[in-house]
Amino acid sequence: MRHPGFWRLVIVGGAVLALEFACRTGVIDRVTMVPPSEMVAALVRMAIGAPWFWADFGSTFRNVCVAIALSIVLGFLLGLVIHALPRLRAVLNPVLVSYYSVPPFVFYPLLIVILGIGPASLIVMGAMFGIVAMISATLASIDRIPRVYGKVARVTRLSPWQTALRIKLPAATPHLITGIKLAVSYSVTGVIAGEFIIATAGLGRRLTLAYNGFDTATMYGLILLILIAMTIVNSVLQRWETRIHRRWYRA
Amino acid sequence: MSDAGIHVALQGVTRVYPALSGQGEVHALGPIDLNIRRGEFFGVVGPSGCGKSTLLETLAGLVRPTAGSGTFEGREIAGVVPDGIGVVFQEDASFPWLTVERNVAFGLRRAGVDRAEIARRVEHAIGFMGLGAFRRAYPSQLSGGMRQRVCIARTLVTRPRLILLDEPFGALDQQTRLLMGEELLRLWRDTGATVVLITHSLDEAAMLSDRVAVMSSRPGRFIATLETNWPRDRDSRIVSEPRFGQLTSQLWTLLRDESRKALNAG
Repeated sequence: MRHPGFWRLVIVGGAVLALEFACRTGVIDRVTMVPPSEMVAALVRMAIGAPWFWADFGSTFRNVCVAIALSIVLGFLLGLVIHALPRLRAVLNPVLVSYYSVPPFVFYPLLIVILGIGPASLIVMGAMFGIVAMISATLASIDRIPRVYGKVARVTRLSPWQTALRIKLPAATPHLITGIKLAVSYSVTGVIAGEFIIATAGLGRRLTLAYNGFDTATMYGLILLILIAMTIVNSVLQRWETRIHRRWYRA
Repeated sequence: MSDAGIHVALQGVTRVYPALSGQGEVHALGPIDLNIRRGEFFGVVGPSGCGKSTLLETLAGLVRPTAGSGTFEGREIAGVVPDGIGVVFQEDASFPWLTVERNVAFGLRRAGVDRAEIARRVEHAIGFMGLGAFRRAYPSQLSGGMRQRVCIARTLVTRPRLILLDEPFGALDQQTRLLMGEELLRLWRDTGATVVLITHSLDEAAMLSDRVAVMSSRPGRFIATLETNWPRDRDSRIVSEPRFGQLTSQLWTLLRDESRKALNAG
């Protein structure tokens, strides 16, 4: 048996080749999709030559980073507070559980009214999308911290703040990573999808422009870029998770 | 016994847990009166569910008594863990995200000890507990007994004057328990600390303690206290002495009915 990674590569590689073939032979017409090789070429061309590329990339990158940071940090802190107040948790529980049944995008007119069209709206959209996943993961992960750690904190006479930082945060980390992964994906989704509707810059807006202008090569180049970026981010998080799990549960 | 010799004491301590839905309030402990001498090794045995852990947590200041009061070095224990008390729990309380070294140093987080002093004390505690070869290992690489050593070392660095142990070897096999018991005796002798050991093992209590208190089934009270009269430099070999057998059988006689009550109470 070969390594599963080998078969993954075979499947993805085969699919790309099949797509290339289908596009080249006209099974898929050029207005619908350009061959993968041209997507790569378009991406490279943009990165080297297009004056807007790095500005838009930078804008999206910055907004995504801020939204992720807000989701994770605020989500964790809110999670701590909600966990410390069981009554509040009981009151909030239905909201937390059903939060994702309403897409945050429905609030976009409100965001425009309050924050205008621009980075602030996008960041809030991304953070709104990511934060609740982080709150839920924080609650679940603190629930799973062994009670004896709390006793150690009291015997060591740590302040509540030190207990949160030195015990709860690291003790919750293996389960928090699940929340972090979700918060990252959701924040990226929030920002980029937000750029489709409420932005003056960014990759999402550029994608919409390319789509509306029948610039299929640019559109697929941008899609490819987002795919590659998210694959890298995810594999980094995955590695981190694997490393921590190995350290914790080697046994 | 003069008051000056008393290190930690409880007067009329009871603990009642408030009623939860579906059940009435639970009278877990007491009333208990207790005087432990400075430097004494004090064992507590009792049937399961008799409030042994509650007793220890009251001594530690982790739990407030419902009635009565406790004093440590003449000062009242008031819901906060006083300086000078170290606690080792039954559960594995080593932190899986820290190396052995950092786990041990964690005990000094709040103590306001300078870096060089922390390093020195950690080094000593690691050496004392035989963890030298594992200082950079993570707990997941260690056996249960070694992890409990890490927890003891973490307590040791704070130089506690009173060490409270809540069935610290409960999860270990019999042979390891005997050896860990010896280490505990060595630690007790070398540090001069007062030790309170909660255990469900009669052998452990009889071998390690100067005095053994026997608790009743819930609500836990002391029904007897036995003096063992062992020499201070004892080790696990005393288990072969006839008096060891007498002590454990005495303990069992006292405990048998109480254990049966606890068993039948579910």
